[in-house]
This record gives sequence, C-alpha cells and structure tokens, in this order.
Amino acid sequence: MIEFQLEGASGVATYLQLVQQVRQALQLGILEPGDQLPTAQQVVAKLAINPNTVLKAYRDLEREGLVRPRPGQGTFVVGTLARRDPATQERFLTSMSAWLRKARAAGLGPDDIEAIYRTAARNSFAEGVA
Amino acid sequence: MTRFAWLQFRMQAAVAVGALAVIAVVLAVTGPNLVHLYNTSVANCAARGNCAAATTAFLSNDHVLQDLGNLLIALPALAGMFWGAPLVARELETGTEQLVWAQGVTRSRWILAKLGLIGLASSAASGLLSLMLTWWSNPFDRVNMNKFTSVFDQRDVVPIGYAAFAFALGVTAGALIRRTLPAMASTLVAFVAVRLVFTHWVRPHLITPVHLVTALRATSGMTYNETNNGPLTLIGSKPGAWVYSAQVVNKAGNAVPGVFLDREACLQSRAAPACIGQLREALVYQPASRYWAFQWYEMAIFLALAFVLGGFCVWWVRSRLV
Amino acid sequence: MTAVIETMALGKRYGRKWALRDCTLSIAAGNVVGLVGPNGAGKTTLLHLAVGLLAPTSGSITVLGGRPGDGPAQLEKVGFVAQDTPAYAGLSIANHLRMGSYLNPKWDSSLAQGRIDQLGLDPRQKAGSLSGGQRAQLALTIAIAKRPELLVLDEPVASLDPLSRREFLQGLMEIVAEYGVSVVLSSHLIADLERVCDSLVVLVASQVQLAGEVSELLATHHRLTGPRRDARSLPADQTVIEESHTDKQSMFLVRTEQPILDPRWSVKPVTLEDLVLAYMAAQVRGPEPVARAALGLVS
Repeated sequence: MIEFQLEGASGVATYLQLVQQVRQALQLGILEPGDQLPTAQQVVAKLAINPNTVLKAYRDLEREGLVRPRPGQGTFVVGTLARRDPATQERFLTSMSAWLRKARAAGLGPDDIEAIYRTAARNSFAEGVA
Repeated sequence: MTRFAWLQFRMQAAVAVGALAVIAVVLAVTGPNLVHLYNTSVANCAARGNCAAATTAFLSNDHVLQDLGNLLIALPALAGMFWGAPLVARELETGTEQLVWAQGVTRSRWILAKLGLIGLASSAASGLLSLMLTWWSNPFDRVNMNKFTSVFDQRDVVPIGYAAFAFALGVTAGALIRRTLPAMASTLVAFVAVRLVFTHWVRPHLITPVHLVTALRATSGMTYNETNNGPLTLIGSKPGAWVYSAQVVNKAGNAVPGVFLDREACLQSRAAPACIGQLREALVYQPASRYWAFQWYEMAIFLALAFVLGGFCVWWVRSRLV
Repeated sequence: MTAVIETMALGKRYGRKWALRDCTLSIAAGNVVGLVGPNGAGKTTLLHLAVGLLAPTSGSITVLGGRPGDGPAQLEKVGFVAQDTPAYAGLSIANHLRMGSYLNPKWDSSLAQGRIDQLGLDPRQKAGSLSGGQRAQLALTIAIAKRPELLVLDEPVASLDPLSRREFLQGLMEIVAEYGVSVVLSSHLIADLERVCDSLVVLVASQVQLAGEVSELLATHHRLTGPRRDARSLPADQTVIEESHTDKQSMFLVRTEQPILDPRWSVKPVTLEDLVLAYMAAQVRGPEPVARAALGLVS
C-alpha cells in the first residue's frame, strides 16, 4: 500500500499530486495490478484533506484505465504504465546531451536553456489540459 | 424544549425550593405557638379588660414577620432580575444563542417554553410564600386588621400576579437591552415604578368607594386633646376596611376641621349629644367585604400585563433579533 | 445538480452600513466550500443568513430548497458551528449532548457519544473548563450528531493552536468521508482551506470577488515574468489580476483557459494563497472590473 505525501503551497492541485504519486508508483514498480489503493478514509486520517479530492484523483486514474473501484471493497490497480526502459532513457539522454552541447556553443546559459525547456514542455503537455 | 429549559433551570429551582423549605419549617414551628398565644392572651382580652396591654404584648412577637413580609415584597423583583433579565440577555452576551437557535427548535418555541416554565416557577414560588405567610400571620392580622391596607401586597394572591409581571418585565428588559446587568437594573426600577403607580393611582379607582355620613359614636375613633377640648380628629374606625378619608362634618355636611368640644359635657360620654352636638362623620371607604375582589382584580391585571409582555417578547425574539 | 445554498442579490444592512451586498452564489451539494476574506468582509453575515440567525435586507437565500430558520424541518437539515464555538459554560458535555437529543428529532446519540469517547473527553466536565480545541470538537460533535445535510462552520479554527487546528480539520474531513455532508466553512487561513476545500468563495468588502473550484483556479492562474510590457498588449484571453513593473521587467498574474505560448514569458504556477491575496488586493485598489471578470459560479 502506498502512502501519499502532500506538498503544501506548491501551486499544484492536491488531486493532481495524488495522481502523480500513483503514476510514479506504477512506473517504479511499487504498485502492481491487484494492489489496493488507500481508501479515502485512510487518506483523510493521515493527511486531513478533503475526501472528494481523493475520489477525484481516483476517478481520473480510472478514466486513464489505471485503476478500478470494486464496490464495497475499495479501489484497485488494474493497469500498468510504461516502465522506465533503460534503453529508451539512454537514447533520449544521448540526443539531449547533443542538443545541449549545440545550445551552449551558441552562447545559451543554464537559465536560457531551462526557460526554453519549460516553454516547450508546457506547450507539449498542455494539449491535454482543459 | 421543555426538558431542555428544565435542564438549564434545575439549579435555580433547587435554590428556590431549598429556601422555601427552610422558611416553611421555620413558620411551621413558630406558627402554632402564635395561635396559642393569641388564643390565651388576646382572644378573650375584652372579658379581662386588658386588651390594650395584651395586644401590645402580643404584637411585640413580630420580628420574623417583618423580614418575611419584606421578602415577599422583594421576591417578585428578585425573580424578575435573576430569572427574567438574564433569560435572553445572557444568551446574547455569551453568544450561546448561536448554538441553541441553530438546533431543531424555532425561536418562538424556545422562548415560549422558557417563559412558560420559569414564569410558572416564579408565580408558584411567590404564591407558596404568600400562602405560608398569610397562614402564619393570621393572628397578627386579626389584631391589626390591616390586610386591606398596609399589608395588602404581601398577602393572599396578589404576589402571584406581581411575580409573573416582574418576570415578564425582566425578560423584556433583557431582550431589548441585550446586556444582563443593565437589564437587571432596569427591571428593578421599572417594577418598583409600576407597583408604586398602581398602588397609588390605579388601585383606589378599581371599584368606586362607598361614601357614608354617619353619626359620631363612641366607637368612631375620635380623639381629641382633653386638656383644651380639642381639636377633634377622627381616625376612621371601620375595622378591616380600607378608609380613604374620614372627616368630621357638621349638619350641613361640610367638613369642620379642628372643631373644639365642651370638656365637661364630653367627660360622661363622648357620644353624648351635649358633647358632639350635630357633628357627624363622613367616610369614604372600601368595606372589608371587598378585600377579595381587590385581590383578584389586582392579580388579574398584573397577570394580564405579564402575558402582554410575554407576547411582546416572543414577537421581539422571533422578528427583531434577526 | 442540487444546490445546498443559493443566493440571489443577497444583502444585509445595519442602519446605513451594508455588511453584505449583492451576493449571488450557487453552491452545489456534496462539496466542501471555503469562504475566505478579510475580517469584516461579510463572511459571518453570509453564514448567519444561511442558518437563519439573520434575515436578509434585500435579495433572497435558499438553503436545501427552503428558507433558513423557517421551522424545525429546515433547522434540522443544517448543522452550525459558530465563531469561537460558544457553549454553556455551566453545562457539562453530557448535558450538551442531552440538549442535542432534546432539541433535534434526528439526533444520533451513539454517534455523539462515540465521538466524545474517541476524542477522549470526560462527559462530566463542564464546557467552561474545556480548552478552545476541545470546545470546538464538542461544537462539531453537536452539529454532526443531528445528522444534517449541510454543515456550516464560521471560522472554527481561528483561535486554535496549529495542532488543534489540524485535529479539528481532520475530524471534519473524516465526517465528510463517512457521512457525505456538504460543508461550508469560513476562514482567513487560506493554507488550511487549500487542503480541505473543493471550492472557494472570496469575499471582500461585503461582495463576492471570486468563486470557483480550487483545482480549476490553480490550473487557470499563472504568474508571468518577462521583459517590460504593457498589460494591454497581452492576448485577449488573458485577464490580468495583478501586475507590477520595474523599468526593465514586468510581472503579471493572469487568469486564462488557454495555454501560454509566448516564449518570452517565464511561467510559474500560483499558490492558492497568493491567488486569493491578489484578488483581495485587486478589489482594495479600486472598484475596477478586473476581479469581476473572473467571477464564476461554484458548482
């Protein structure tokens, strides 16, 4: 059973933090299909957060096909996420390093590079956000 | 709601019951002695011819009487101040109205239950004390014959009306002023004022008094200075009655204050025609038989005032404290 | 969706001063709604109107389909915890529970007694000798044991120490999880509300400045930092809530539903506290429509 943590004033909605933590646990293999997620009551007892937040996070995960509620029993993991495949990681690390070398040669410093990355990432992932 | 009103009132009720019980014991113990004393010394004093001395001796036994009479007069005011004034004011001061008015009873029900329970308790306490005191004072009252006059408001049923009224007055003051201490002070002042006004300006007019012109008699309560034959004054000698005024009048019916009498002629008998001539007495009075009518009227009026104030409180709490 | 509280141009005036003015809200059932704003903004007035302790001067308010305070049936649907949790100092905890059972037809005494036991409170102890946190827990117990559909709490944790605050909010959330009541609570501590609330209503100077779901508010507000430029040069879909400029740099707090594509911006998320403060400050600066544009319905 995983245990949720909350980062207080981070600007990220609580339910999103819970979703992220479940996804991360799935990626790292901490959660596997058949495992039960903490009940809303258990999360509330630990974190003193709104139970609706927990339910919302679980609903989002259900929509992604990662979990499913069993009436009277709880919410259980049913799906998997692509594990971090070391080979894929290595490939992209190499291409990124090459890009970085070119950017630095062009005179960009770490903050420029970070700004560029953030903009690109935001635009790329924002397509899914309402 | 009645159960909750009782839950809050329990302690105060216990104090009142305790005090009444103590008083009851004291009166029960001393009462029969008084009756016995009366029967042996005063009841047949006429036969022995020592009534003046006997009554004086008997009346000197009235220490407790004084205190209890005063307590009975004060009791309604106390009920108004300590049971009535805090009823609404205390809730508003401590903020507990936010607790109790958010429960499943409406404000009307809340205040009606409290008015009813504690109003009833005030009246009952006052009535019980009055009952005990009237019973115990009976020998004294028979000697003094002043139930209709000086002790009217500490006997029989009027204290019930006073208590109900003072209580309702207290609740009203508390609801209007919203703070307990000022409400208590206002209740006291208002109650005293109303009682005074009623006693002096209303009670005398409840029933038209009897006007009577009658011959002066030995028993008319005449007094005059024997060394210089006068002036003659009347004390108004209707035993047990409430005499508004007693005047010496002449044959034509006009008042003649300060009339002088012939000493020689009056030595024999004060009622002799040679002494008093054509003088008569003019009385304005309420006969003793009307005592109970006055008691019931006054009680009813104060009870009616209490209900009017109570109705006002219900309306005020329901509609104006929002 | 059924609304628990619905107001239409609701207003309350004392003499010439408006404690609450022109308040139009619709709060859906099944939510925990936070009411936030500075002291004197009208939070207590709004909550008192919702539970029937006050009557409106203008406009209307409907709670669970009925008029607040209008008879026992309406009163028993709403549980209320007042500011500073007043209690009868001379009555014991057990007598407070008796009060609840005498005055509420749907009183659940096993719930009440169970909660008192769980909290470790002595039923014979008089309420006057309880600590602030204990009194708050007592008030919450009384409010929930009548099995209401809606719980209204007026700054329940304002005068509590951090531990008592956390325990109280935890108890409240456990109640929501177990009994599914809708909750409306007011506070001026925004960090607490962030954990606990689905939606937020910001009340400043007796008017509603902002209303919306917390997750949606966080997702649609951003802090933009970049080279100096004028607010009017920003795209139309971006509403400026707050701006500050130096000679070379500008910072904007904007609300937008669209992604921000301009590469000149450094875009950061906004914490709920900063967001609410910005709306409160925007109102204070002047009666501009900047905050009104972001007004939404809470549902």
